[in-house]
Amino acid sequence: MDDTANRVELLRQMLLSRYFDEKVNDLYAEGKVHGTAHFYVGQESVAVGAISALKEGDVITSTHRGHGHAIAFGLDVDRMAAELLGQVTGYCHGKGGSMHIADVGKGMLGANGIVGGSMGIVCGAAWAFKRRGQDHAAICFFGEGAANEGIFHESLNMAAIWKLPVIFLCENNQYGMSMSVKKATAVENISDRAAAYGMPGVTVSGSDLDEVREATATALERARAGEGPTLLEAITYRYLGHSKSVANLYRTREEISTWRKRDPIERFAAVLEGEGALQEGEWRNLEEQVKERIDEAFDKASRDPDPEPESALEDVYA
Amino acid sequence: MPREETTYREALREAMVNAMRENPEVFLMGEDVGVYGGAFGVSRGMVEEFGEDRVVDTPISEAGYVGLCTGAALMGMRPIAELQFSDFITHCMDQLVNQAAKIRYMFGGEGRVPMVVRTPGGAGTGAAAQHSQSLEAWFVHVPGLKVVMPSTPYDAKGMLLSAIDDDNTVLFYEHKLLYNKKGEVPEEPYRVPIGEARVSRDGGDVTIVTAGLMHHYALEAAEALADGGVEAEVVDLRTLSPMDDATVRRSVEKTGKLVVVEEDVKTAGWGAEVVSRIVEGPSFYALDRAPARVAGADVPIPYNRDLEAHVRPTPERVVEATRALLDARAGVYA
Repeated sequence: MDDTANRVELLRQMLLSRYFDEKVNDLYAEGKVHGTAHFYVGQESVAVGAISALKEGDVITSTHRGHGHAIAFGLDVDRMAAELLGQVTGYCHGKGGSMHIADVGKGMLGANGIVGGSMGIVCGAAWAFKRRGQDHAAICFFGEGAANEGIFHESLNMAAIWKLPVIFLCENNQYGMSMSVKKATAVENISDRAAAYGMPGVTVSGSDLDEVREATATALERARAGEGPTLLEAITYRYLGHSKSVANLYRTREEISTWRKRDPIERFAAVLEGEGALQEGEWRNLEEQVKERIDEAFDKASRDPDPEPESALEDVYA
Repeated sequence: MPREETTYREALREAMVNAMRENPEVFLMGEDVGVYGGAFGVSRGMVEEFGEDRVVDTPISEAGYVGLCTGAALMGMRPIAELQFSDFITHCMDQLVNQAAKIRYMFGGEGRVPMVVRTPGGAGTGAAAQHSQSLEAWFVHVPGLKVVMPSTPYDAKGMLLSAIDDDNTVLFYEHKLLYNKKGEVPEEPYRVPIGEARVSRDGGDVTIVTAGLMHHYALEAAEALADGGVEAEVVDLRTLSPMDDATVRRSVEKTGKLVVVEEDVKTAGWGAEVVSRIVEGPSFYALDRAPARVAGADVPIPYNRDLEAHVRPTPERVVEATRALLDARAGVYA
């Protein structure tokens, strides 16, 4: 693929992520999926931008809000859709659901239902790269809410003292469920905390895919050179509620609409038009194709078989 | 040439050294495990052979490094994490219970976490309530984890090698009062399987089921009982999860009497599970007495020597409980 095709592909990934989550949201409303899910709508440029800077063999860890990370990492939307519907064909054969989608063999070390739950794990992946003398790195996605968990402190400190090849990518979407970052944290930026660990701290606009991508590339270069971790903060916003429940009692409509006006997808589409990679308005065709692709994935998944009840007792031990 | 007897501590060290020589993916990580040699001296001398990249001193960050070991295991390495005192495992509950134990299942059978967490539990050292607990039953309650508690140097070495080989997370409970215990241990590597209990003393009158340090108390009690003409069969569970109830059942069906000896507090201790597995199955009908449990009192471990002794099981209490059980009239509700 040439560079133009690559950049259009990034736009397509953002659209896949958006319409996957929009679809899941609709299916919840229709009562066609159960459990819960957390939507990444509005944050797509962070996952797609950061992951586009990785190379084959690198790994990521994700969060409870993980669909976008999985899609950007190249996971198959058919198997993701099947997992959301609890089918045997899903990534976890119906045992994990939204919060546990993973493809360990490929390097997607899992979404995680516990806030901050993967911050120690990512250090272990980076530890393995370092001990094996491999030129790989890991990205740990986490929300600004996780920055107030104890494991944040322990993990950043360990990664720093052992110069582990990790990028701690904080997606500051302004709210930990309903708790505003302004109320939860006394420092201005989460990245300011990097100073406490002796690592670089960088804040970028999470709505700007290229800005995220470049900052990640710089951090990766440092990581691969054996210079250690970076705390990278992407300022972003989730348009939908914390999870499938959409009570927005803690924020205003105005605030949401202000962020929607800086939409990362429209913004990147305009960049591509400016570069001549797409004709004006051409991305709307891509959007339609992606919507069809997502519908297709869920239609197909809905016809897939349920797991056998007995399989609930398997896979506890290796 | 037979060598001198080996301590439990040395047996553990030999297992780790054997495993680390065999497999470059095995490493040890914990607080003060390097030049200091570990708080109880288990890893003494290891950093000199394997270097600081494989015998790794950590900051005081139990959740952090157990999490790191979880991730390294997920990548195929074979980490051994040492927790200086098993009480500190409370710091690691998310890593062990929500992450390591469940990763394989949540991911639908993809991925494995072959990690060993070694840690000394138990009281008897005057270390008081935050350095003396026996919390192993908590982890017996978590599917996805294995829990072992070897009582002899031979089993300590053989089971640690099995734990390192195991593709699952194994909590490996040691005991501060066992580290100096001596026994015969082959120099070469060997494996003692996880999940198999051992009948360490034959007897036909009563079955005493136990594990860890308490196994030695049970054996002492059995000798005292033998002086009074009672032959106790002692079952050393060795592994608490998965529990080998078949071996317990065979013994109980022979003796008709069950006494469990455990150091953890009695309420919801793992001994309750042993008793339940016997009374809810067909072995219930082999019992001619109600089972008895000798366990820690339901209190935190106190500091004062006499107070501490008052709340722990002792060989004398095992003898008393066994005699009381034998003296009870069978099948009479009074």
